[in-house]
Amino acid sequence: MELDTFMLSRILTALTLGFHIIFATIGVGVPVMIMIAEWMGIRKKDPHYFLLARRWARGFTVTVAVGVVTGTCIGLQLSLLWPRFMQMAGQVIALPLFLEVFAFFFEAIFLGIYLYTWDRFRNRLSHWLLVIPVVIGSSASAFFITTVNAFMNTPQGFRFENGVITGIEPIKAMFNPATPTKVAHVLSSAYLTAAFVLAAITAWFILRGKRSEYYRKALRLTMAWSLIFAVSTAIIGDLSGKFLADYQPEKLAAAEWHFETQRQADLIIGGVLDKETNEVKGALEIPGALSILAHGSPNAEVKGLNEFPQELWPPLYVHYLFDLMVGIGFYLTIVASLFIWARVWKKRYEWNPWLLRLIVLGGPLSMAAIEFGWIFTEVGRQPWILRGYMRTGEGVTSAANVGEMLVLFGALYLALGTVCSYVLLRMFRKNPPELEMQNRGIKE
Amino acid sequence: MSIEVIGITVLWIFLYGYVFVASVDFGAGFFSYYGKVTGKGEIINAVINRYLSPVWEVTNVFLIFFIVGIVGFFPDTAYYYGTALLVPGSIALVLIAIRGSFYAFNHYGHTTNNFYLFLYGTTGLLIPASLATILTISEGGFIVKQGNEVVLLMEKLFMSPYSWSVVFLALVSVLFISSSFLTYYAHKAEDHGAEELLRIWALFWSFPTIFASFLVFVSLRNHNLEHFNSMLDHSWYFTLSLAFFLLAVGLIMRRKSYGLAFVLVMLQFASAFFGYGKSHLPYLLYPYVTIHSGVTNPVMGEALIWAFIGGLSLLVPSLYLLLKLFLFDAKYVKGAK
Ligand code: HDD
Ligand code: HEM
Ligand code: HEM
Repeated sequence: MELDTFMLSRILTALTLGFHIIFATIGVGVPVMIMIAEWMGIRKKDPHYFLLARRWARGFTVTVAVGVVTGTCIGLQLSLLWPRFMQMAGQVIALPLFLEVFAFFFEAIFLGIYLYTWDRFRNRLSHWLLVIPVVIGSSASAFFITTVNAFMNTPQGFRFENGVITGIEPIKAMFNPATPTKVAHVLSSAYLTAAFVLAAITAWFILRGKRSEYYRKALRLTMAWSLIFAVSTAIIGDLSGKFLADYQPEKLAAAEWHFETQRQADLIIGGVLDKETNEVKGALEIPGALSILAHGSPNAEVKGLNEFPQELWPPLYVHYLFDLMVGIGFYLTIVASLFIWARVWKKRYEWNPWLLRLIVLGGPLSMAAIEFGWIFTEVGRQPWILRGYMRTGEGVTSAANVGEMLVLFGALYLALGTVCSYVLLRMFRKNPPELEMQNRGIKE
Repeated sequence: MSIEVIGITVLWIFLYGYVFVASVDFGAGFFSYYGKVTGKGEIINAVINRYLSPVWEVTNVFLIFFIVGIVGFFPDTAYYYGTALLVPGSIALVLIAIRGSFYAFNHYGHTTNNFYLFLYGTTGLLIPASLATILTISEGGFIVKQGNEVVLLMEKLFMSPYSWSVVFLALVSVLFISSSFLTYYAHKAEDHGAEELLRIWALFWSFPTIFASFLVFVSLRNHNLEHFNSMLDHSWYFTLSLAFFLLAVGLIMRRKSYGLAFVLVMLQFASAFFGYGKSHLPYLLYPYVTIHSGVTNPVMGEALIWAFIGGLSLLVPSLYLLLKLFLFDAKYVKGAK
């Protein structure tokens, strides 16, 4: 790998996006959990749920701040690092980028109001209503930004003749074939991750000996929603596979090391690839399962990589990323089901320390699945930046100094990540739920 | 009006919004740090925190809006500015990132850490300086096309008197705008100690602002004669601006209607800002990009305008709610809530 401007620009883009996505995912998912918790509080007239919503919202403000500033970095960096791409694609896909900003704006305004008006309304419902625009705003911005990314995978809504773009249809560009599955999967995986991360934090404290009702309610709530979101993420993930089979078969084939077009294609899990012969060793092979993933029937034909010129193959290591994401998806579904099973049928296992440990592990794993999933889709699109129209190398800046900027931003993210974690921990230590319940006169 | 004119007008209004709201914010951060260091902290900090807490994210969105909007309406700017501004743009970004996040850490994290405040205060002055430099660059002469490459002449930028006068103007304007706003706010909050202190600051920074404006004007003549002449053609904007300024300072001196004085300051900057913008047209970047050459296709332009109208009709009521609940709610301002 040669560290030229092109490679450095890719690394810097990946670094910024990879860092932003952590906070973006929290930013999309946590408002939903806050909304649910406050609603439970209103319905059950239970101060524990209000306290949950309040405390989550407080931590959330800190992560949102990092989300906003890293998002600002992306917004500018896209033009700084990929000026030719933005110049070209901007003509077709500027609309959702523009709308995204409105969605953020909307969210930011209501978040500001929500945070400072906990005790300002006599009717609790009025305050709850203020979180709805926050949820709509953050999910809408995820929607808009994901349509842009979908467009990069399956561009449409324009004609490209002699280097000139004509016949532009902004709406058609936005609602391209990749949009439905991508948007749905991104949203549902963000909700899942937020629910699971909150569950993991709660489980951690229960393991450390905190047993009051407050924690129990928190864990039951987050686990129930984790199960719902895990199942929907897996179902939509399956649909995403079907989308790939139809529209980006080379990406699916690379993810599955599937070279020959054939029926009854096997699903390959793990393994090692022999670079010379393209033979797979030591993998777990599930007969016919790839055909099911791709088209819903074990007899369906799945396109293989050999149909494409080798220079258009994505890097084949995306296979591992795909497996890791799917593996984590199954892990999360199983752990959440176990907890619900214990809660409903085998009460004595509900607080089993091993189960709690599995939940704690699920927090970081769900975030890792987000990272693996994104690197898989982005690297799986290579060598294209705009599939079929512009190669990534053609979009890159001609400026020097990208290396120095990489160091600069690397240091920035390191500092932000460290201080953000420190501040969150400190916030919790200085004002643990027990203390807050005491101060607010809530029974533990 | 053609799409490019509508587009640039809308964007310029938003940039004005950003410059103005951010100035209040930047200056407040600086005063807050200054107050901490000199021990006058308690009075002003209380005022500043109450104003800033609900508003900072909104400010940042104004900037993003401008960036996304200009790339959307005028994709060519992405190419020219994007290539040339990698280094200065990245530095400005890092500063903005530090500022936003450390404010949040300090405020929401309830850690009154002097180092956070220091970062918050100083970045508040460095950011306007670096953003103002982008306007300087738009005057041409600093970005050149060499063959197929677009290059920024950093050295020339550093040596240019025009560039430094713009930086100077940006700094003093920030301090002037924010102190005149905070005077008004302290007055409404009935915090007389803070009010008096901020009032003196406002007066202290007022004349340097005008002096710096003249300096910019004069040095532009040497840098970009075409724009200078065009500014003379639009001189009534600048005369008007001066008149607003004198009225505002008069009111502040005589301790009268701080609210009106602040509105006059807004008008002072608005007229100068729009005079500058109008005389800058049709160029977005001398001499390479004009609003006519750089504009996006009409279909996208129209879609963006509709999106803008739709977005505004959602945002204006929400902003109104925000302002009503925080800035203009007398009880909240006085700290009762
Ligand atoms: C918690 C996170 C998470 C989990 C558990 C899963 N995914 Fe996923 N996946 C994502 C998070 C994610 C993502 C980060 O949201 C991606 C990256 C880009 C995108 O559109 O969504 C993604 C992309 C992505 C794609 C590529 C879509 C494209 O390129 O257009 C496919 C085929 C799948 N996923 C399939 C699955 C399957 C079959 C799963 C089974 C359980 C699964 N994912 C679990
Ligand atoms: C508007 C949506 C997006 C745009 C315009 C965009 C643009 C780009 C560009 C220009 C690159 C560099 C070229 C390349 O290597 O492909 C890239 C790479 C990358 N992007 Fe995206 N991206 C988008 C969405 C995302 C999101 C939301 C993530 C989440 C983390 C992401 C993750 C990555 C990663 C990890 C890489 C590096 C891939 C590599 O190793 O080359 N992208 N993206
Ligand atoms: C699917 C992946 C992404 C999701 C879910 C997401 C979501 C978010 C969220 C929740 C925020 C916090 C801002 C707020 O709540 O006010 C944010 C900020 C931001 N994101 Fe992302 N983002 C994603 C990827 C991207 C990409 C690829 C870009 C670049 C084109 C981007 C651009 C921005 C910008 C510009 C901001 C700052 C907006 C502001 O100042 O308020 N995001 N994003």
